Order: sequence, then C-alpha cells, then structure tokens
Amino acid sequence: MSEVATAYEVNGIVAQHDEEGYLTDIGQWTPELALLIAKSEHIDMTDEHWEVVNFLRDYYEEYQIAPAVRILVKEMTKKYGKEKGDQKALYALFPYGPAKQACKIAGLPKPTGCV
Amino acid sequence: MSEQPSKKKFLYINRKAPYGTIYALESLEVVLIGAAFEQEVSLAFLDDGVFQLMEGQDTTGVGMKNFSKTYRALGDYEVRKFYVEKESLAERGLSVENLMPVTYEDEDDDYAEKPSIILVDRAEMAKVIAANDVILSF
Repeated sequence: MSEVATAYEVNGIVAQHDEEGYLTDIGQWTPELALLIAKSEHIDMTDEHWEVVNFLRDYYEEYQIAPAVRILVKEMTKKYGKEKGDQKALYALFPYGPAKQACKIAGLPKPTGCV
Repeated sequence: MSEQPSKKKFLYINRKAPYGTIYALESLEVVLIGAAFEQEVSLAFLDDGVFQLMEGQDTTGVGMKNFSKTYRALGDYEVRKFYVEKESLAERGLSVENLMPVTYEDEDDDYAEKPSIILVDRAEMAKVIAANDVILSF
C-alpha cells in the first residue's frame, strides 16, 4: 500500500506524518513542531490551546491512549473547572474537534473511535 | 441518568495472552469504541487472558506498544468491573498480587478510588456470563 505521506520540518529535524497529518513517531514531538502543526491547522496557539495539548500528552503518557471527547471534557472539568471542561469552549479552540485536532498538534495518534 | 430501554449489559471475555496475537488489543479497542454508546460494560479475564492484567509488562523486546496501561483508563469510560477467574490465575501460578491495580473513581462517594478487579471462581464466572445480554469473546 502506498501512502501519500510527507513530513514536517522544523529546526532541521524532519518528522514523517501520515496522510492525515498525524506524526508517525510520537517520540519526535517538540513544542516547536506543535506550533508548525497548529499553523497547518490554521490555529494560533494560546495558553488555553497549550493547556489542552499538554493535558492530552499527560493522559497519553499515563494511559497510552488519547481520551474520547466525552472523557476529555470530564477530566478537564475535574482538573481546571467547569469553564475549561466545556465541550463548546473546547470546540471554540479546536473547531475540527478537540480530540482529533488537538491530538494531532500534541503529536499523538488519532484517537480510537474519535469523531 | 434515567434508564434507557435500549441499554444492554455487555461482557467482553478475554481469554488470550496480551501479545503474540491481536485478540487482546482488538478487544480493548472495541471496548473503548463501544464505551461511547453508554451501555453497561464489564470485562472478564480467564484462561491466558489473565496475563493481560499482569503488573510490570515490558514490550521493548517484541516491539509492540505496552497497552496494559490503557486498562487503567477504563474507569473513566465507566467500565468498572473486571471479573478475573481464580482458577485461571492458580493454574498459571499467579495470584491477585501479580496483577496491576486497576481502580475507578466513584463520583457518588466523593470520587473515592475503588478497585475494579473482582475475583470470582469458575462457578461464579458462569453466573456472571449468564447475567449479561451480549457476550463478546476474544
């Protein structure tokens, strides 16, 4: 099977990604790379964006999966309060889906069963 | 939440060692996807399936992702009953101390951490299986 995969390049480091833009090797992720991926998604990274991205990376580190949106909302509420753990607020930050788009920026695989 | 008429009791039976075949990982993926449908989901571990919950798994030698950590996320997905068969453990020289702790947070009890693993003998396992509506065996 031939895939139309290309790569991100930042600071001389070439990081392969799949046809949807997800990193092939999550070990290659850097914050600079996150900024580049965000740019290709037309997202300007604010502190609120980083909060979600960092949360997803911590969750992945602990459980080896990216959470479903429902779980993301629930866990963000627990950690940061109702204002941050709000589906509407998360979609405002990541219009194409918080799990899907934020995971891409976080260098994680596409979430299982994500929407 | 009110009881929905379409809500069914799902039991995923895991009978194979975690690596070497794709069964354990596939089962886990189906559980995660299925959890989005808000059904009542429980897991059962018997035969070599008990190895899936072994503490301290290291997959560097086989080049596969160590997905054992993911079982500990299932509490977030309201999957909170892991029935483990006593005889299967004993036949493999294992006891519950060899299994990783899996817990869930009980929101009705001030988010207290409670164990998800429930040890049952073979006769009790038969009853657990009989009490579920949908049985998926991996």
